[in-house]
Amino acid sequence: MTELSTPASKPNRGFFLDLKAAGPFVALTILVIIGYLLNPAFLSEGNLTNLLTRSAFIGVIAVGATFVITAGGIDLSVGSMAAVISGVMIIVMNSALETFGGGLTTVLIGCGCSIILGLGAGLINGLLTTKGKIEAFIVTLGTMGIFRSLVTYFADGGTLSLDFAIRGTYRPVYYGSVFGLPVPVWVFIFVAICGWLLMNRTAFGRYCTAIGSNESVAKYSAIKVERIKTLTYVIQGFCVSLATIVYVPRLGSASASTGVLWELEAIAAVIIGGTVLKGGYGRIGGTIIGALILTTIGNILNFTDLISNYLNGTMQGLIIIVAVWLQRGEWGRRKPPTP
Amino acid sequence: MKYLLKPLALATATAIGLAGAAQAQDQIRIGVSYPTPTHAWAAGMNWHAEQAEERLEALHPNIDLILINSPDPASQASALEDLVSIHQIDALVILPFESEPLTDPVIQVRDTGALITVVDRGLSQPGIEDIYVAGNNPELGRVSAEYMMTRLGEGDNIVILRGIPTTIDNERFDAFMETIEGSGINVLDSEFANWNRDDGFEVMQDFLSRFPDIDAVWAQDDDIAIGVVAALEQAGRDGDGMFVVGGAGMKETIRGIMEGNELVPIDVLYPPAMIATAMDVTVAAFTSNGPVAGRYILGATLITQENAADFYFPDSPF
Repeated sequence: MTELSTPASKPNRGFFLDLKAAGPFVALTILVIIGYLLNPAFLSEGNLTNLLTRSAFIGVIAVGATFVITAGGIDLSVGSMAAVISGVMIIVMNSALETFGGGLTTVLIGCGCSIILGLGAGLINGLLTTKGKIEAFIVTLGTMGIFRSLVTYFADGGTLSLDFAIRGTYRPVYYGSVFGLPVPVWVFIFVAICGWLLMNRTAFGRYCTAIGSNESVAKYSAIKVERIKTLTYVIQGFCVSLATIVYVPRLGSASASTGVLWELEAIAAVIIGGTVLKGGYGRIGGTIIGALILTTIGNILNFTDLISNYLNGTMQGLIIIVAVWLQRGEWGRRKPPTP
Repeated sequence: MKYLLKPLALATATAIGLAGAAQAQDQIRIGVSYPTPTHAWAAGMNWHAEQAEERLEALHPNIDLILINSPDPASQASALEDLVSIHQIDALVILPFESEPLTDPVIQVRDTGALITVVDRGLSQPGIEDIYVAGNNPELGRVSAEYMMTRLGEGDNIVILRGIPTTIDNERFDAFMETIEGSGINVLDSEFANWNRDDGFEVMQDFLSRFPDIDAVWAQDDDIAIGVVAALEQAGRDGDGMFVVGGAGMKETIRGIMEGNELVPIDVLYPPAMIATAMDVTVAAFTSNGPVAGRYILGATLITQENAADFYFPDSPF
């Protein structure tokens, strides 16, 4: 625990430390082997593509969440935010259809609207937390409820559906492939690389870690704490809008049940990946693996009827706990910690 | 709506004058209480309730219907108290949020002498309600299974997407399994898709990766069916006589059936409009000369291209 909260110093990188950092990866490998043993079709190209594409939503959102959590915050509103952004995107594109037709312009208007909304929603969460001095948990719990009820209101309690004239143009964003990989997977890879660079190779990333470790010290070290923290929520909002842009063409609809519990999945992915929930240490690479683990669990459970359907939640819970234990537990430590 | 109507009713009463005062005494007030619509089916129910209110009040000037929706069981219980104390209702039509917590509040309403109509979700004690109107979950499973049996035979494979683990889902599933027993149709597997499009899509993707030979899908619900259809289209397995059976009666699905969609050729009704039926029957208790108390179990009608137009409500949100 102690070396996790001060990993920045990175003392002599021992083999054991590496093994621990590799915990999530080990868990994912074990899951993949189990999946293959249960049903060889698990490793078929089609299923792997499905898996990666599905991970993209939670994965992209979780990359944003890594920044928020590393800087000591939390964002519970992302699932509802995704739902309301999907809803507004659909409304905007449907109404742009008359003026601009079902072509690229309409889709671009929708995407632009999504990004503006994502940045705006993130900014609201951020400012309420920093300028408003309200705990992030409460702010985002509030916006979670607001966003969720807004999408219900826009949809009149029902479902908003994208006009079929636009679906043809927009469809490839989810179903299309470039160089053999589906577009959402490329988005995921792009976001992951940018996130990794931002976290590990820029002053911003170091500031996030510093603020999460000790906000007061960060403040006295001339770090603009409020600005950095607000920015993490804006990044989170941007990630949600990117996820939404690839989500909407999948089924072309949004309703009150869109994105339910995505916030918890994103937070779980971040924590499984090795980021510390109380802040101060963030690992983008781990988050990616975490998102893959979560999707793989659901996928494997659909691939077997060995376990009663009623126990799916139990299996998910167990695997999440074991995955985190693999990385936090004492099992990798052979020698007593040197002072 | 009701806030608008009430002053209007007052104004009318004043206009009619003294003679009207006697009439206002005869005014029959019927409270209609149901959960706040948060999903498409409930939104459809809300729409049908409003339609029925308009229609019945136009038809019977002495009937006043008061619609109230509540976001949770506790608020619904408070809403019932308000209906009794403020509106002094003569009858209550209720779709309970949950059976247990609302049984007692409904008994309280009954003790004021009001006629009780319960819709869809029964109360946890028998004999409280005078009228019971509900869809038929086992029948939905049976009708779906019978349709499957007309198109499939010995050795054909199907997969099942279930809803949320609840009694409703169990009743549908058990009746379905009982009906296809002995037909030789293979159920490859069943998984929960939570009456949700996204889950329907993902579960179906996994079924498609897992089973190379699937002849039909019982999705049990129109939302799940939409996800299933998207997964089938993505995998290019939507041809070769493959078909999907949903349930409920979503307007988009019904329009597809009217247009002769081969992938989703039929639907099995579990109508949100049942609230309107309940309101009609309740009003009839005051207007008809025939007895109306009893149990009304609506059929899980098989909707085909021939009768689809009867179940198509383009203005409803569902």
